[in-house]
Amino acid sequence: MPTEMETPKEQVLYANILFYGCWLGILIMVVTYILYISGLLTPYVPLEKITQYWSQPVSQYVEGAGIPLGWGWVALVGKGDFINFLGIVLLAGLTILCFLTLIPAYLAQKEWVYAAITIVEVLVLILAASGVLVTGAH
Amino acid sequence: MRLALPVAVIASSCAIVGAFLGLALPTNIVQICLGGTIVGIAILLLVSKNVERPQVPKQDPIGAALGMHGSYVEYTGELVHWKTHRTLPGLFLFILIGVMAGMFGLGAGWANVPVLNLLMGVPLKIAVGTSKFLLSITDTSAAWVYMNQGCVIPLMAIPSIVGLMLGSFVGVRILAVAKPKVIRYLVIGVLLFAGLRSLWKGLGL
Repeated sequence: MPTEMETPKEQVLYANILFYGCWLGILIMVVTYILYISGLLTPYVPLEKITQYWSQPVSQYVEGAGIPLGWGWVALVGKGDFINFLGIVLLAGLTILCFLTLIPAYLAQKEWVYAAITIVEVLVLILAASGVLVTGAH
Repeated sequence: MRLALPVAVIASSCAIVGAFLGLALPTNIVQICLGGTIVGIAILLLVSKNVERPQVPKQDPIGAALGMHGSYVEYTGELVHWKTHRTLPGLFLFILIGVMAGMFGLGAGWANVPVLNLLMGVPLKIAVGTSKFLLSITDTSAAWVYMNQGCVIPLMAIPSIVGLMLGSFVGVRILAVAKPKVIRYLVIGVLLFAGLRSLWKGLGL
């Protein structure tokens, strides 16, 4: 009776990067969130104002609070609210990193179709992350 | 992985389009569409049969060419072999799923699982696991769009992300030992709750 199966190495590497990266992301987010809500780091948008924006359209929040678009938040990373983006960016970026490890693995196996699919996926994610695709929101 | 990668490229590309659609449409319209879709899928899962281990007598050429087959070990120790069929319509449906995932700004597991399981003939556990993996890719592309548009409010986002991730770690361990039938009814229950709640909000009730 089989009890375990062999998992491809590239898949294990992908899973490990994602697993440890996720825990690192959680740790960073917990720490930065404590810095934020404890007031140790002054937020860019005051906490009492944030709740007023919750029920409003995105455009009003962005314009009213002066929220930067794209990667503009990097300039505000010293603020209590925007420092939280570090953990989010790490988590969102992990997928790109994981896919990058798949490319050499598939090329080495001469799995051309899957290597091409992986390269396209990396390009799609980089395009999404780049901030090039920025338009107005309702 | 071989099942997920082709699907992921389609869904994540379309999720970017969906994210912009979601930002452009009024909130209540998005909520009504989302609620209607989820309730519809819950009903589909409820009335459909043979979802735990669908019978796939013969794999289609596209599924075979992409190597969409494999094996896994059940909690009983049984080795289960699986393969896909109706791969092309399945891949086309992931265009729609990607758009909807991006538009609604939430995981499309409610759509991934039925398409993989009911249409493409993937066993429920593989469908759930693949769907979970897909979420990390599809939703990432949409999440970047929302973040670049200034739509992420850390005060709400951080507790949600941490809570979801910790919950996922627990859920995956339960999945490995749970009975497929239990998973099925759990999925249906969660879908009905989420769908009706979204409809409720969208209709302003």
